[in-house]
Amino acid sequence: VKRVLLALGFAALAAAPAQAHLVSAGFGPFYDGIAHHLRTPGDVLAGLAIALLAGLRGKAHARSALFALSGAWLAGGGVGTSWPACGELAFPGAAATFLCAGLAAADAALARPWVAVLSAGTGALHGYANGASMESSALSLVGAVLASSTLLALVSALVVSRRAAWQTIAARVAASWVAASALLGLAWQLRGS
Amino acid sequence: VNVLALLHEESGAAAGLLAGLVHPVSGLDHVLAMLAVGVWGAQLGAPYMWALPVAFPLVMAFGGAVGVLGVHVMGVEIGIALSALVLGLLVLGQVRPRPAVAVAVVGLFALFHGHAHGTELPEGASGTLYSVGFVVATGTLHALGIVLGLANRFARGQIVLRVVGALVALGGCLFLWRALA
Repeated sequence: VKRVLLALGFAALAAAPAQAHLVSAGFGPFYDGIAHHLRTPGDVLAGLAIALLAGLRGKAHARSALFALSGAWLAGGGVGTSWPACGELAFPGAAATFLCAGLAAADAALARPWVAVLSAGTGALHGYANGASMESSALSLVGAVLASSTLLALVSALVVSRRAAWQTIAARVAASWVAASALLGLAWQLRGS
Repeated sequence: VNVLALLHEESGAAAGLLAGLVHPVSGLDHVLAMLAVGVWGAQLGAPYMWALPVAFPLVMAFGGAVGVLGVHVMGVEIGIALSALVLGLLVLGQVRPRPAVAVAVVGLFALFHGHAHGTELPEGASGTLYSVGFVVATGTLHALGIVLGLANRFARGQIVLRVVGALVALGGCLFLWRALA
């Protein structure tokens, strides 16, 4: 855990500032990053999709997803901050959210490495979009990553701790809502482009 | 960021979410059909009770995406009216098809409801939050229908649900007449 935290911290500090917009929360760059995450529906949906997918599979999957998503989000954010012109990745990010939420709705019995890979991929895509669009310092990115990690930890813990059958059904229904919203988000992006 | 631009963005997000939440409950045809989906699922029990509310939003989103992309679908209003009529009759008769058939029936109607939602984004509103809003509102109507449908455990409740089904079907007839007029 220490190594992962050190790597995350190093990647955050290594990220250079980018020149784009970031709405100011008025409390400094760290809170701007948190606010950016909470005000970006695509990012929140991605966190929910991974949390539901991993939470439905159990504690070990949720732990893997938490570290994979956080690390990849931070790494992707660092890349996006440094090279914001690599291309628009919002569409693949929404597609990854749709895939993860769809798998959760279907209650797909994925092995832990697959959940980790999906989490890392989704995190990297959304992190890149964050890094490329934020007028950020490293602290903004850390704020956004911590917001996504906290959301993932809370929701996946809630899903993992379920006892009754109806709670599993409720999680799958929630996943179908996330998948539906992500699919519509893809359509809005297609229309916009 | 320019303050006016920020205000516009904030109001667009709020307007989008609010419009999405309100859209499914602003038309009685949507409300009756969504409640009927939940009631029918609860009447039939597992796996229908969870399969229908899981499948409906996904297919509805596909219909919504088609609408967002501007693809014209003929007879959307007729399809929505038929959904109330048919789902009402299914509740009235407590019809129990195979789960795949039930999902197909509900999915077919979900396409029409989704298309109607997808084509009616208010100007200046956030499309993504509008989508989240109408998905959540639709799912909440399903949940209300399921809660209502739990009355099926009681003999009198079963009669009440059949009456509800008859009323939904009657509403569907009226909507169909209006759509065809």
